[in-house]
Amino acid sequence: MMDAARRDTAAQATLAARESYGKLIAILAGRTRDVAGAEDALADAFAAALAQWPRDGVPSNPVGWLLTVARRSAGHAAARRQTADRSVAMVQMLEDERNDPAWDGFGDHRLKLMFACTHPAIAEDTQAPLMLQTVLGLDAARIAASFLVAPASMGQRLVRAKRRIRDAGIAFAIPEAEDIPGRLSAVLSAIYAAYGAAWDDVAGADPRLAGLADEAIWLARLTVQLAPDQPEALGLVSLMLHCEARRAARRGPDGAFIPLRDQDPALWSREMMAEAEAALRAAAHMARPGRFQTEAAIQSLHAQSRMTGKRLNAPLLQLYNVLARFAPTTGVLVARAVALAEEGETDDALSQLDGITGAGTYQPWWAARARILWLCGQEAAAREAASRAAGLSSDPGIRRFLLAEGYRDGSGR
Amino acid sequence: MQYMLQFRENPEEQAKRTDPSQAGAYWGGWQAYIGALSQSGVMTGGNVLRPPETATTLRVENGMRHVVDGPFADTKEQLAGFVILDVPDLNAALDWAARAPCATGGSVEVRPVLPPPGA
Repeated sequence: MMDAARRDTAAQATLAARESYGKLIAILAGRTRDVAGAEDALADAFAAALAQWPRDGVPSNPVGWLLTVARRSAGHAAARRQTADRSVAMVQMLEDERNDPAWDGFGDHRLKLMFACTHPAIAEDTQAPLMLQTVLGLDAARIAASFLVAPASMGQRLVRAKRRIRDAGIAFAIPEAEDIPGRLSAVLSAIYAAYGAAWDDVAGADPRLAGLADEAIWLARLTVQLAPDQPEALGLVSLMLHCEARRAARRGPDGAFIPLRDQDPALWSREMMAEAEAALRAAAHMARPGRFQTEAAIQSLHAQSRMTGKRLNAPLLQLYNVLARFAPTTGVLVARAVALAEEGETDDALSQLDGITGAGTYQPWWAARARILWLCGQEAAAREAASRAAGLSSDPGIRRFLLAEGYRDGSGR
Repeated sequence: MQYMLQFRENPEEQAKRTDPSQAGAYWGGWQAYIGALSQSGVMTGGNVLRPPETATTLRVENGMRHVVDGPFADTKEQLAGFVILDVPDLNAALDWAARAPCATGGSVEVRPVLPPPGA
């Protein structure tokens, strides 16, 4: 009985942690810019909650309770290290905040934190991990595993980034209106990097980071909530929900990979698809197209094509051409070559694919090559490319799919 | 920078080698993986090994030789093969480790190779 109550309390503390972590870090570090200090203070507060709540009951305002205790802890830490600049800043913050009549609770502190984490002064490969840690409170080991980096080196990267925020004085602020689209694009790219699985319409996309899908969607929804007038944020939500809606249909019972063209649409989440479509429509009303809106539109078309059985290769190719103008990344160029081949221009598709440099160990490039070569009628070469793609895949289901020549199915010819 | 990737397999993964319904996919997966490694030009050596029961272990104690059938340690995960890679850094070695078929049916240990003295 006692144990059940304790588990329940622990669950409530965990929930409060997940929902409020970023807010609390943003508030605590907003003025001092000391993210590491804020994390220490918050860790103390969570430890205190786990010790106190089972005994005294969960407070009526758990988040407020955590903030108060974290502030007190930050104050104590500051008192212990009176000489350090960092503690002076912390004491100053506490003083300022007490005297600030306009302090509005949470407001959009978290968006400021997201802008700070994706500031151009922070190394690009650290922006997404830093955001996951400061806004969601994920631990370095989990982040390291998702980005396939040794835990120790991910830990160092994060420490360096936090030091940089503090020492370089990176502001916790909303950028000037004219700078917002550019800076927001870094925020959205970091969220997308956390989501990982970039495109699932070509057999063989490497779903390396799928473990962070829920967290990434949560961050994207939060961004829309904090910046509702930004169409690209809506576009990203729409894109991720379209991909996520198909999760249950993407794998067979034994983990086998099922390409979009063979998925059972009955297994798609109607709820997520409806939300994705609504987000895309809302974005379109703002008439400022961009990369993520285009990617979302592509996924929307894929879904329509599968549901109606109508081949929409020509409009898909047009969208890929638009996308390649917004974001000529390797992944996008590879996907566009496949779209071109599906539309019947197989020779052009092959030369486009060959023109993409630096893709020697990029698994989707080889999977795309297998598909395009097969559409060209070059079966032996297609088999060789598929074997290379299988060797470069880290997913057993996709490896099996490629070796069993799954890239051959579903041609419209 | 050179790294050794040690491939270890759990008993279920090892059993796939001789199970007629799984052997094709098992060996196909390794063939594709080793093929991708060598075609990418990162592999400087290595091999897939015969199963652990074909091993013979020797040790000398107080001048006495002991020779036993089987692998040294009776652990659940057994060495199935190894490769030496020449890659820029640990992250690149981890990328290759994640692609090994035994990553989902055992583990891959990645270790830097100590350069020979004077190198």
